[in-house]
Amino acid sequence: MGKKPTQTDILQGTLDMLILQILAPGAAHGHAIAHAIERRSEEVLLVEHGSLYPALHRLEDRGWIASFWGTSENNRKARYYRLTATGRRQLSAEMSRWERVVRAVNQVLRPAER
Amino acid sequence: MSWRRFLRRRWWDDERAREIAAYLENETADNIARGMPPAEAAAAARRKFGNPGLVREEIYRMNTIGWLESTWQDLRYGARALRLSPGFAAVAIVSLALGIGANTAIFQLLDAVRLRSLPVQNPQELAEVKIAGGNHGMGMNQQYGELTRPIWQLIHDKQQAFSGTFAWSVNRRYVGQGSEMRNFRGLWVSGDFFRVLGVRPWRGRLLLPDDAGACPVTHAVASYSYWQSQMAGHEPGPGTKLVVNNDLVEIVGVTPPEFFGMSVGDNFDIALPLCQPNEELRRDIFEVSVMGRLKPRSSLARASAEMETLSPGIFEATVSPGRDTKWSETYKHFRLAAYPAAQGVSWLRESYDSSLWLLLGITGLVLLIACANLANLMLARASARERELAVRLALGASRARLVRQLLAESALLAAAGTALGVALAHSLSGVLVWAISTEGSSVNLNTDMDWRVLLFAAGVAILTCAAFGVLPALRSSQTQPAAAMKAGGRGTTAGRERFSLQRLMVVTQISVSLVLLVAALLFVRSFRNLMTFDPGMRENGITTAFLGYWQSNLPPQRWAEFQRELLDEVRATPGVLDAATTTNTPLTGGSWGHGVRVGQVEGNSKFTWVSPAYFNTMGISVVRGRGFNQNDTAASTRVAVVNQTFARKLLGGADPIGQTLRTGQEPNYPSTVYEIVGVIPDTQYDDLRGETPPMTFAPATQFPAQGPWTVMMIHSNAPSAAISATVKRGLAAGHPGVIMEFGDFQKQIRGQLTPERLMAMLSGFFGLLAAVLAMVGLYGVISFLVARRRNEIGIRLALGAERGQVVAMVMREAGRLLLIGVLTGAALSLLAGRGARSLLFGLKPYDPLTLGAAALLLAIIAAAASFLPARRASKLDPMAALRDE
Repeated sequence: MGKKPTQTDILQGTLDMLILQILAPGAAHGHAIAHAIERRSEEVLLVEHGSLYPALHRLEDRGWIASFWGTSENNRKARYYRLTATGRRQLSAEMSRWERVVRAVNQVLRPAER
Repeated sequence: MSWRRFLRRRWWDDERAREIAAYLENETADNIARGMPPAEAAAAARRKFGNPGLVREEIYRMNTIGWLESTWQDLRYGARALRLSPGFAAVAIVSLALGIGANTAIFQLLDAVRLRSLPVQNPQELAEVKIAGGNHGMGMNQQYGELTRPIWQLIHDKQQAFSGTFAWSVNRRYVGQGSEMRNFRGLWVSGDFFRVLGVRPWRGRLLLPDDAGACPVTHAVASYSYWQSQMAGHEPGPGTKLVVNNDLVEIVGVTPPEFFGMSVGDNFDIALPLCQPNEELRRDIFEVSVMGRLKPRSSLARASAEMETLSPGIFEATVSPGRDTKWSETYKHFRLAAYPAAQGVSWLRESYDSSLWLLLGITGLVLLIACANLANLMLARASARERELAVRLALGASRARLVRQLLAESALLAAAGTALGVALAHSLSGVLVWAISTEGSSVNLNTDMDWRVLLFAAGVAILTCAAFGVLPALRSSQTQPAAAMKAGGRGTTAGRERFSLQRLMVVTQISVSLVLLVAALLFVRSFRNLMTFDPGMRENGITTAFLGYWQSNLPPQRWAEFQRELLDEVRATPGVLDAATTTNTPLTGGSWGHGVRVGQVEGNSKFTWVSPAYFNTMGISVVRGRGFNQNDTAASTRVAVVNQTFARKLLGGADPIGQTLRTGQEPNYPSTVYEIVGVIPDTQYDDLRGETPPMTFAPATQFPAQGPWTVMMIHSNAPSAAISATVKRGLAAGHPGVIMEFGDFQKQIRGQLTPERLMAMLSGFFGLLAAVLAMVGLYGVISFLVARRRNEIGIRLALGAERGQVVAMVMREAGRLLLIGVLTGAALSLLAGRGARSLLFGLKPYDPLTLGAAALLLAIIAAAASFLPARRASKLDPMAALRDE
């Protein structure tokens, strides 16, 4: 099954990490996660909020996050996500990897600073 | 690929749908809170989210297993398409079920006869010890008897390769007393038989080494079926006794239902120990089969090697006394070897092996024809759906996907056909087992499904599906969308290339059905030849009677006299035209021979001792010299009547009358000089087939080995059953202790023809089925071609073509197909005929008459099948045909 590369594919790793990062302090529902990403990434990463849901599904399938139905702050039913233990480990691994990559890219882009 | 996810894909989809709805609600609410009017708020929320359908689809795709999902879709679509044309589906499924059912049934029989292991513990460890190359018919040979009992004793005492050995033999004996006496199928076993086989008792206990002491036997076990049918399931034990061969025997146990002994196809009634008789065991009766269970670390090769090493000692020690040196020398050079015995032994293997394989081939061809028919139907269907396929291709369906779709339909048909076929096979194989059972011997076979049969059916199903599905599917996927849609599904003339596949199928069908028709005619004619074959003696109106009088307590010296008294009584019975005793019933498999010396010539001759009226009773004329008469007594000169083959082979064509022949010495048969007094024409001996051997007849009064029994041949014009009853009534009144069994001689002979009858019946049936299928196929294709050329024919008619010309045009087309089919079929028949050579009687496999008849039959069928569509074409209204354009 050949899948066409999409924006989410390219940024998939980043999006995954962002979701994990947002869930690190505590559980949140999809709507809240979408808005949080939008805020943090200054509307670069998430074009349509819908594209978040396949990512959530994938993360849940891998066991990094778990979900449950709960009631939101304004008293509506919503599916909440929380980080699992493996998810927490995954987050720190991804973070350090990300930092390594960023450092490396920076060194390439600004060799003069060394 | 995760099955857990796959199985919960719908649940997750619902879940995500609810979640998305929750998002939209939240977002809408937020928007409203920001001051948007509700309708705009909802629209903005949807814009923000994007396409919920796409999101759900993406998640669904993550969960599902692509090929499985689409296969399932294809199957559902296929099922819908088939439901829309139930006629087509029914024809396809029924013809497949017939084809697959027939194949599976034949295979079930093959499996039961040939491949299935005995129902005992670890049958693969069993091996049979036999003389490598057989014993050349030396001595006396019982069914399945490979070794003598003295040889068995030595093998048992000396062998090391087996963890246990046993001997067994089968023989019919009598159970009960007086008029209640019945014969039963006895299984004689050595002490370790049941222990080595690992058979557990169903009731009571089975035979142990202690039971096999001195004769007479005192303990026996019954088979499950005998226990049920003849002993009413009476609990075995000290109270349950039967009179077996005049001895009171206690039934100590019952064998389990699945245990039938060691010979596949037979069953036994009572198993008795091989006891030790008072006199020494005979060394020239090959009566037992010896088997053993290989030790865990031993192998067949090692066992064989050990037997080889033991052989010289064993044969040296067991050579039969009273035989000439040549006999003894041959005997001492025999070598023993071990052979696999997991499947037991079976007479069915010799009788039916080639027939069954051939039948499997025939049913395979029938299935092939059915597949060709289906393929044609599929092609026709596909061209009716051409536009649909074109549209789907134009909309972007891949060709592979279309092929899969069309194959799914075939797979459904094949699966349904197979399911029905397997169910059908079960009853069919039951009928086949019944068909090979004869009056005297019922065949008992386990034709339950096992993994081999199921595997076979599955394999056949896949092959058929491929055979009728793949080509049409590939062909239809080649559709050029633009061309197909432009053509509007109706060309003005039929493209030659387009229908070449259908033509090819029809040619295949015709040629294969010609092969099957030829086979059918060959087997039917061969069977007819056998049925009408003149064996050189009377077979109609003859009743055979076996009379046993060992219970009458007559001293042995009175036996011959008593036999003559019985014969006189039978001959005096009203309705009996003539009757004679014989030591061997001809044409039913029995055989007795001696080595003879005539002058300087040494050879072998069959020997039969008969009462004076024998030749008369059997309608055999004495062509030279005389037959036997009352003056040939025990005290007079030994005289003999020989057949013409004897005269030719052993006398070199010299006048036999007055010559003498000397028999070789054998136990109970001292070397004797006979003077030849008469010659009879050649007759068949033990079988309808085969060459006539040298035969010698001698007077019953001079028979050296008279036992307390005799066989009588009774000639009468009354039906066999009626004359049997009369004779039985007459004899029973005067001699209550005489055991009597009667049989219809002609039926007994025909019982020997069961394999031929089976072949004739089945090949005839399948031949006709093939012809019918081919006819349907040809009819379909010609009709289809005519429908395709409707416009062209309309134009021809409008331009003034005669109706006859149109008929001729269509018939020419059919004729061409027929001609090619018949030519290839004839070539194939000649090739295939070689395989059937050994099964034919009085016919050559390349019999021109048969070939011609089959071709003619097929031509008539083909003409009938194509005339209908041709006539329809000629009745076409040109205006209507052209207006359709």
